[in-house]
Amino acid sequence: MAEKKLMYGNHAIVEGVLAAGCRFFAGYPITPQNEIPELMSIRMNEIGGVFVQTGSEVAAINMLFGAAAAGKRAMTSSSSPGISLMQEGISYIAGADIPVLVVNVVRGGPGLGNIAPAQSDYYQATRGGGHGDYFTITLAPNSAQDLYEFPRLAFELAEKYRNPALILADGLLGQMMEPVELSDELVDPNSLAENEWALSGCKGRERRIVRSYDLRPGKLEEWNLRRIEKYEKIKKNEQRFEATDCDDADLVIVAYGTCSRVSDAAVKMARDKGFKVGLLRPITLWPFPWDVFADMSKRIENFLVVEMSCGQMIDDVKLATECRSKIHFHGRPGGGVPTPPEVYKEIEKVLGGAQ
Amino acid sequence: MKKIFGRPAGLTEILQRYCPGCGHGIVHRIIGELLVKLDIRERTIGIAPVGCSVFADEYFNCDMIQPPHGRGPAVATGLKRTRPECIVFSYQGDGDLAAMGTAEIIHAAARNENITVIFINNAIFGMTGGQMAPTTLPGMKSTTSVKGRDIGKQGYPIRVCEMLASLDGPYYLERCVVDTPKNVIRSEKALKTAFMNQINNKGFSLVEILSTCPTGWGQTPIQAKKWLGEAMVQYYPLGVYRDRSKEEK
Repeated sequence: MAEKKLMYGNHAIVEGVLAAGCRFFAGYPITPQNEIPELMSIRMNEIGGVFVQTGSEVAAINMLFGAAAAGKRAMTSSSSPGISLMQEGISYIAGADIPVLVVNVVRGGPGLGNIAPAQSDYYQATRGGGHGDYFTITLAPNSAQDLYEFPRLAFELAEKYRNPALILADGLLGQMMEPVELSDELVDPNSLAENEWALSGCKGRERRIVRSYDLRPGKLEEWNLRRIEKYEKIKKNEQRFEATDCDDADLVIVAYGTCSRVSDAAVKMARDKGFKVGLLRPITLWPFPWDVFADMSKRIENFLVVEMSCGQMIDDVKLATECRSKIHFHGRPGGGVPTPPEVYKEIEKVLGGAQ
Repeated sequence: MKKIFGRPAGLTEILQRYCPGCGHGIVHRIIGELLVKLDIRERTIGIAPVGCSVFADEYFNCDMIQPPHGRGPAVATGLKRTRPECIVFSYQGDGDLAAMGTAEIIHAAARNENITVIFINNAIFGMTGGQMAPTTLPGMKSTTSVKGRDIGKQGYPIRVCEMLASLDGPYYLERCVVDTPKNVIRSEKALKTAFMNQINNKGFSLVEILSTCPTGWGQTPIQAKKWLGEAMVQYYPLGVYRDRSKEEK
């Protein structure tokens, strides 16, 4: 039987990354994710992997570029300001079609902000983040179990589509402790197939070039259009979400990560009072689960978007529903975390007094 | 008929797009020859910079990667740590290494990463059109210092070998110049040492090569060669700035 362990969310990420067969970590300390590099430095040493504490997040993402271009699973973690520094590198990595995993344990912003949990990096995560036309596959965990399991999924998706993958957590998820069921099936890094694009020295084959530029007239346009085809495939195949109590709902709350846990409690409060309320939790933020929204908006009158930001995902909800439904919003920016009674009050506001 | 001179197998057949009198071609040839002489071409991964030599990824006949401006030493670290059996070199210009990538080169040197860095210092930004580099000499004209670099407003050049020699980390640091056949041979010797150090797992080696940019300098190739051997060498003294093999003896 699989072992169950009480773990910090940040520690669950580390064990999940190692279980996924990743043996390369480069990163720079920043709160609230310091437990990741700390435990990683110990665990990589134990299992013969690579841990590099870098001079900056800029160096970290470029070390990932090198390690992943060499065909190895490679990851870094940081928090919001550090992720901003990585955007140049992520753009180059996306432009070179190289799979990497970046974990953002989001904190309050903008600027140095604070070290409290936030979801205000949603735009950055789901709109590429750096310069140029590109997207990163973005997963939104809401438990320590997800933080353990998502690294493997992220690597598999990243490699399947040759695209960077992000895990968008937050300070609360990283710092809280929850039981985690550990997997019996650990990925052996030596069992991973060699990629036909990886750099390893050209013995016995044509030399390979990993790059993100093409100055020949029209060629970059063609390359970008091919990448758009790839994105269309991802959009079609990889939309993930969790829908609870939505079938008979008069109002559906839309929330991911920590907000989905808070909203889950609010839904129960509302159901106890006789309100027909459901919860739709996007698991992939990019690709956003557009299809389920398109479908639900034909019968759901009200959506209540709950975010730890001034309102970013709400744009995607409006786009996905094509504004057929009424879209309400409750947001707590700058490190604020909504409570279930607070969300319940918003439900009451929309649906009227006690039923 | 016996062939006595030809293109080394370490370089591709692609025509190099450098200007007449540019030093990149000389250094490319040295590296291309060394890849063959040291029998490392098939296990080498090269890193091309941003600048005129961005196209180095097409010119070197080995696996290549082209990272963001200045980040070569970080990318090299990721490559070398995951593929220690490979030989990893980072080819960088003065804008790449001494402006945008100062943090990356300093930390790679401090960690004594087992990589080889070739630093081309021609005191100007070539590809973008002759702007001031961090290594532009005091009083030297560029398109962003049209009356000559004003040290009162634009500060002083950076001497990279001397700066890195203040660190305990690096294993080998040398500055050469490619103005005369004798100095080209000296440059080849330094680059060979830098590759051998990596092959022998000794750690970080950097060879700074003072080079020409006739187009950016507004000179003819012959004038540029002369100015390189005089003004540049005067400001950037040649020599070995670190050789830890001497300490080991």
